[in-house]
Order: sequence, then structure tokens, then C-alpha cells
Amino acid sequence: MSSALKRTPLAEAHEAAGAKMVPFFGWEMPLHYGSQLEEHHAVRSSGGIFDVSHMTVVDISGPDATAYLQRLLTQDVATLAPGQASYGALLNEAGGVIDDLIAYRRGDGYRLIVNAATRDGDLAWLETHRTGAVEITERPELAMLAVQGPEALARATAWLGAAAPALAALPPFAFLEDGDRFLARTGYTGEDGFEVVLPAAEAVDAWAALLAAGLAPAGLGARDTLRLEAGMNLYGQDMDQTISPLEANMGWTVAWAPEDRAFLGRDALAAQKAEGVPTRQVGLRLEGKGVLRAGLEVFEEGADGAWDPVGTLTSGAFSPTLKEGIGLARIKATVPKAANLAVEMRGQYRRVLRCRPPFIKKRS
Amino acid sequence: MSDIPADLKYIASHEWVRVEGDGTVTVGVTDHAQDALGDVVYVELPEVDVVLSAGDEAGVVESVKAASDIYTPLSGTVIAVNSTLEDAPEQVNSDPYGEGWFFKLRLADAGELDELLDADGYADVCDADT
Repeated sequence: MSSALKRTPLAEAHEAAGAKMVPFFGWEMPLHYGSQLEEHHAVRSSGGIFDVSHMTVVDISGPDATAYLQRLLTQDVATLAPGQASYGALLNEAGGVIDDLIAYRRGDGYRLIVNAATRDGDLAWLETHRTGAVEITERPELAMLAVQGPEALARATAWLGAAAPALAALPPFAFLEDGDRFLARTGYTGEDGFEVVLPAAEAVDAWAALLAAGLAPAGLGARDTLRLEAGMNLYGQDMDQTISPLEANMGWTVAWAPEDRAFLGRDALAAQKAEGVPTRQVGLRLEGKGVLRAGLEVFEEGADGAWDPVGTLTSGAFSPTLKEGIGLARIKATVPKAANLAVEMRGQYRRVLRCRPPFIKKRS
Repeated sequence: MSDIPADLKYIASHEWVRVEGDGTVTVGVTDHAQDALGDVVYVELPEVDVVLSAGDEAGVVESVKAASDIYTPLSGTVIAVNSTLEDAPEQVNSDPYGEGWFFKLRLADAGELDELLDADGYADVCDADT
């Protein structure tokens, strides 16, 4: 049984811009518009624009919305004022990550933006655990663009119009609503910029105006290397239902206070925290030339000079900014910080240096 | 449509061969190959003086997407490699038949040249690929 790939409102605009379109979790999305490397550099040096309309937008409202989300999310939405957002996760009872997401506190409820790949499971989970007076509304009629880079806001000024100064003045993870434009100081690149959720019917004009303002169209390929350089996780690679946030460098997203907030997965996480995590996520940089790839095995040098397997790369790439192989790996928590580590590439053990992501300094 | 120069020879694994007429050939990867790979970020070349048989692995090309082995289309001794690719691997994308060349061989058996595809034959391979 084949089902047609979904297309965003911008699919034709991507094709017109020369995009190589690829299947991506049920969507037909642009991988690049000629050169993934040039798109990466454009975002780091000036500004780029990504179509992220495949992301799933879910609005949560009703008198019990806060209590409901306090039970489902690792972050405590009660600490958010209207206009503030935070990053966190949905966990299963075993503490495994069902998805990572951003929760936005609006005047009259919440907006969740979750991954396209996990849409069905997320919606089912939200519905299964719905209690009290809570409405869950998916918003497939909305499109979403990410405008990222040191010049992103400046270049978007004319398109933003009167909202420009207010948006530029907001700190990271704050947002505002300007008519039917939902404008947030969020992103997945480690750069300054914003993301906008807007009606699908307005997406084509917005895209054209932002391109005309000198923002470079950027595809999924550049999005992946940008997020990896920024040390950001990709769901399904760097964490999944079998991995807790404590093992995926997401411990900071877990609000332990107040102690009586019984969010799903809390007990399992607390037990893991008390016992110690079995694995942890580390950053790796390849010594010498070459590329790190997801799936490579990681080895620790033993006292006898032998290499013992201790984990796996969950993400890997050639960093266009650093011009070296970088990756995220999940390794046994017992591996000492000073251990010599290597990956096996084409029959050779290649040394890798352990580091703490991000790989590049965040500029926003 | 990818560029397939008529004066070159090809093999189905997407390497090209330029016959230099003095018993040597130059080898690289085709325009079709570089387009399918995407941006090339790292190239591993054979060592000079190494003796290769047709079909042997002769190097690796890594793009943003994947690592691919490079095969030698012909048997012979490696007499030169394009070491500029170490610092400028993007030449494989920008000029696959020129500055993006990989290595030069002194042929062991010029008769092997008859086994190679011409431009039309290679175009059929690319069509079947897509």
C-alpha cells in the first residue's frame, strides 16, 4: 500500500528554487537547493530560511490545560508566563522519551510544537492521558518557517513590519502574536533568529518576501549539520522511547520542583537519578581528516592497549564550520572522562576527543 | 541532466577514464556521481606506486550524505594523485572532469580499455539508475 507524500504549501516554491526533494517521515521536503554546505555557511554568516511546515502544531486549551500539561511534560508549564516557551519532553512511564517539544504559554492556553516523525504517537499519547476539561486541537492548516542567522532579524524587518522591534527585543524562547503570525525566538541552529507559525495561505508570500530580503533557502541537510554543531538532539537518533532525558543531555529540561508534580515518567527518572544513569551522551571530535557517521561504534583504550566497545555514535557529520568530523555518542557512564576513545572506520581505530556540546559557541 | 563528455570512457560504478595516449590514464568520478553524492567533504586517495587491479578499491569519497568507495576501472600502477583534493574536496563537485580528478595510472594492460563504456553506454547506466 503506498500513500502519497504530504507536501507543504511551499513545495512548489522549493522546486522553483531548484530543491532536491526527498521523502521525510511521510513528507516531501527539500534536502538542499544545490549545496548543503553553502546553505549551512549562509545561516552561520548571514541568514537562511527553512520550511518546517512538516512540524506538528497542537493547541491545548480548557480550564484544566495547565494541570494536564504539568502531568505530561518534563518542564513545568505553570512557571511560564504568557509569551514564554520552554523546551522539554513527553516521557513514557519508564522515563523514555516519546518526543521532545517546545511548549508555548499563550494568553488562553498552550501551543505544543512536536516532531513530524512522532506525530501519530504523540497525538495518541495526548489523547490517552487527557483528563478534565482539556481540548486538544491539531493545527494542520498552519505553516511554519524558521528564519535563522546573525542577520535573520535585520533582514526580516520589512516583512515583520510593526512587530519587528518587539520581536528583536525578546529574549530566547519568548514569543509574541502579531495578528495571525505567531513569532517565537526559537530555532534549531544555534543562531539568532526566529520561527514563525502562520496560515498556510500566507506561507508562499512570506517565503518570497524573505527570500527577496536576502535570506538563503536552506534544506534539511543544512538543518541537520547546524543543529549538530549547536549540540542539539535529533529525536529518533539521539534519543527515543528507550532512552531517558538524563542519558541524552536533557536533564536540564526536567523540572523536579515542585516535588509533588507527578509527571509521567517521574518515578522512573528519580530512580535512575538515584542509581546513576547506565549511559550518557558525549560530544566527539575526530582527530585528523574525515567524517563521523551515526552508527559508528565507540571504543575505549584498555590498560592492555586493546580497544573495548563502550558505545555508539547517535549523530555524526562533517562540521562545515569546524571542518572536522563531529558527533554525539551514547557511551557507558562508567567510561572515565580522561579515557582514550576511538571509532572504527574502514578497519582502523581513529582517535576521537570527548567534549561537551555545543561544538560551536552559541551566538544568540 | 548530467554532463557526460564524449571523449571519456566510463564504468558502471560512476568513475570516468581519460586516455592520455602515452600508456597512462586519469581517473575521477562522474558528474552524475558527484550530483548523487552531494557536497564532497573528504577524499581518501591511493598511494603513489601502488599496483591496482581493475575493480580494486582505490579510495573513498565522503560527502555530506555518505561514504562511497572509489574503484579503479583499470589495472596498473598509481603514478600520481590529486593531493589538492585534501584541502579542496569541493573540486569534485565543481569540476568533476577537470580539477576534481582522483589519480593517474600507468596501464598494465591497454587491452582492458575495450571493456569500458563509451558516453552513450554510460548514459544508459545513469538512466537506469534514476
